[in-house]
Amino acid sequence: MNLKIGVDVGSTYTDGVVIDDSGRILHNAKEMTTFDITTGIVGVLGSLATKLGSDKDSLSAVMIGTTHGINALSQVKSLNRIAVVRISLPSGSGIPPFAEWPPSLREYLSSHVIMVHGGHEYTGDEISELDENALKSFFRSIKGKVDAVSITSVFSFVNPDHELRAGAIARDILGDDIFITLSHNISSLGLLERENSTIINSAIEKVMRNVISATRKTLGKLFPERVKLFFSQNDGTVAEENFATKFPVFTVAGPISNSVRGAFVLTGIEDAVVLDIGGTTTNCGVLTKGYPRESSNPVEISGVKTNFRMPDIIAIPLGGGTTINGFNVGPLSVGYELPQKGLSFGGDILTTTDVSLALKEHNFENTDYRKVLSRNNGEYLDKVYEIMSGKWFEVFDRMKSSNTDVPLIAVGGGSFMIPPGFPGASGIIVPDGAEYANAIGAATSQVGSVIEKAFSYDTVQRNRAIEETISAAKDNAELAGADRSTLEVKDIEEVSMPYLPGNSVKVSVRVIGKMRL
Amino acid sequence: MVRKLVSTDIDDLAYGCAVLGTGGGGDPHIGKLMVKQVISDGKEINLYSVDEVDDKDWILPVAMMGAPVIMIEKLPSGTESVNAMNFFEHEMKKKISFISPIEAGGVNSTIPLFVGAMTNKRVVDGDGEGRAFPELQMVTYHLYDINASPIVMYDEKGNVNVVQAVNNIWGEKIARSVTIRFGGSAYISLYYCDGESYRKATIPGTIAKSIDIGQRVREAKKEGKDQFDALLDVAEAKHLFTGKIVDLERKVEKGFARGRITIDGTDEFSGRTASIDFQNENLILREEEKVIASVPDLITVIDSESSTPITTEHLRYGLRVKVIGIKCDSKWRTKKGLETVGPRYFGYDINYKPL
Repeated sequence: MNLKIGVDVGSTYTDGVVIDDSGRILHNAKEMTTFDITTGIVGVLGSLATKLGSDKDSLSAVMIGTTHGINALSQVKSLNRIAVVRISLPSGSGIPPFAEWPPSLREYLSSHVIMVHGGHEYTGDEISELDENALKSFFRSIKGKVDAVSITSVFSFVNPDHELRAGAIARDILGDDIFITLSHNISSLGLLERENSTIINSAIEKVMRNVISATRKTLGKLFPERVKLFFSQNDGTVAEENFATKFPVFTVAGPISNSVRGAFVLTGIEDAVVLDIGGTTTNCGVLTKGYPRESSNPVEISGVKTNFRMPDIIAIPLGGGTTINGFNVGPLSVGYELPQKGLSFGGDILTTTDVSLALKEHNFENTDYRKVLSRNNGEYLDKVYEIMSGKWFEVFDRMKSSNTDVPLIAVGGGSFMIPPGFPGASGIIVPDGAEYANAIGAATSQVGSVIEKAFSYDTVQRNRAIEETISAAKDNAELAGADRSTLEVKDIEEVSMPYLPGNSVKVSVRVIGKMRL
Repeated sequence: MVRKLVSTDIDDLAYGCAVLGTGGGGDPHIGKLMVKQVISDGKEINLYSVDEVDDKDWILPVAMMGAPVIMIEKLPSGTESVNAMNFFEHEMKKKISFISPIEAGGVNSTIPLFVGAMTNKRVVDGDGEGRAFPELQMVTYHLYDINASPIVMYDEKGNVNVVQAVNNIWGEKIARSVTIRFGGSAYISLYYCDGESYRKATIPGTIAKSIDIGQRVREAKKEGKDQFDALLDVAEAKHLFTGKIVDLERKVEKGFARGRITIDGTDEFSGRTASIDFQNENLILREEEKVIASVPDLITVIDSESSTPITTEHLRYGLRVKVIGIKCDSKWRTKKGLETVGPRYFGYDINYKPL
């Protein structure tokens, strides 16, 4: 027997499940999400260990989806002291790094910034020679003052040479303990957004290390030593702890993708729209070939524009604890206080959960929907439910990618509230275990990697370009903890880039495989 | 009239020139950041109305040429467009009295302001399009026989190239290929002319109009009024269609991003279907087969939810949109104007249908 644990940090609850080889859920656990996040995770692991008893010796892996990175950014806490290098001169000096950052983050992170000569054209030719002397004296001047370095060079996703060289110089001068992020490993077109993403990756590495050491400590007490630790990534795959430490930015939206992924695992449906209805919000995402669809627009994180791969999600303030005031639904929510404050639970606040229970004439263990009906007339409740439904209809329709009907899967603690019919939906599925879809998504995800490279098909043969991208994706997946022999190419996408001469194309490849245990 | 521009003017300008950019003109983000930076550095931008130009003044329009996607990766140093102007003044031994924009667009509405601030030159609020177009000869200066050459081209590396072409079409062709050799983007100055010719040929007030549009829509939001109504009013625009994008075709053809969207009508347009053909900019609006509006009139797609204009690269299925039409400047409605930028120039076998 081979058991896995998936833990997912939501805005209200931290959920955990234990699954066996066949994907069956053996145990589950739920804790309040704590301010420091880690305490909630440790609590869930503890209660799952108790439920497992002697079976815990069969545990092989723990997968965690967490928002530690985003929390650290929004609180400007536990971040690395960093140096920022942009290789672009003579281009780029018109807009220095940290343009448009929120002042508090900028102040903390922008003490050591340099722009040097170098970088490439879209063709891969040099804009100018890399100014190694400038780099050397900069790195010498910051020795001992920083924990991490962020390096971004113009068109490095076409030609990474200058970033690689600058990274080597930094390593040479600053030593093995310094954490270095090169932008071509993070994202592609759009220098400011790529630079921002690279800076964030350098800044939150310490947070990730702290999570790992706290989790490791707990795991060491509870489970056998050989248990592997993985983290959920934004693209719906998981990566081993060492990889997650190198690329913490790829895990910041892990919990959001876990729910979308979990919806696939629970239903087996590869293409659908997913509504994840939590305590305070509904996240609406899309399943494409079993994975979350990615956003094609820059995504703002803590007020910073970024362009690394993120799930395409629309969040609306409508969850199980959302409060109703006349005909206003939300945006406030009682959140985790629902069992104390909700009308059907004996409290005195009318929430979306109360309305739904009353109309569906349904009860949970600790509710009595008649308490809702005694205080509100049916016509009013109908009208409120119509408003709630309208919000879900709209977000569902906005996320569809064509006019044809598609299946809708609802998951999350609030999924029972879903209306029985959706215009434009070919079917509505609320699977068993919907409440734990996020943790199930974490527990069942495979190791994978998506690599995006830019080519000019006028100079590189199409076949060679695709092969090169596949092999880079496989190398990366192996680093993320995949067993190379199990890696499969799941998706190849070619997007031609308008306005660029030379038949320029972005090739992106997704590979997926089993974890190396 | 002289107007000193402040930082909020630049935000308003970015909104307004996206409306007048009719789906093209590039992302205003980079240009906006650069201009706001120089304003916060304490530099002044003084915008003069066209009637401040004397016959004997000399005017130089400046612009960025090439692929907008290059500019979001290889950011400007800020000196390219300034150098192009300086080179022109020194090497060509011409004294420039005013810097002028050449079109309304995300990038090209802001570059002249930046150059003006960096060189202490006056900026005149006239331009050659009153909207955005993809080619160098598609300007009213061309209609009035002003020579685009000498076209001074600069890149961030310091490479400079001067095109002295036999006519403006050749100017476009040669400058286009040099731009590619420069690495996909170039900063240019062209259509140098005296004040008398400029006043005749230019379209006055496009920057002030863009700022007004942005300001009125921003204020409407603040006052809780309908932003779309404010937009129609201030831009003197017609509301042509409302609906949801139900189909989107895209292809890259000869370096241009071409395509078509289909919109299913909603609200008062319920039960009707419209389509828009675009090539960088929106070109033709049809209802069924009937042409409702066409280039050179301005066709702009507005996001119904946020009331922000949508550039053609951001069109996608499912967006709720409103389509507005704005009359182009009367200079475009002449015979030579329509030969230069009418539907037939863009390969459509239809006649221009004035709004």
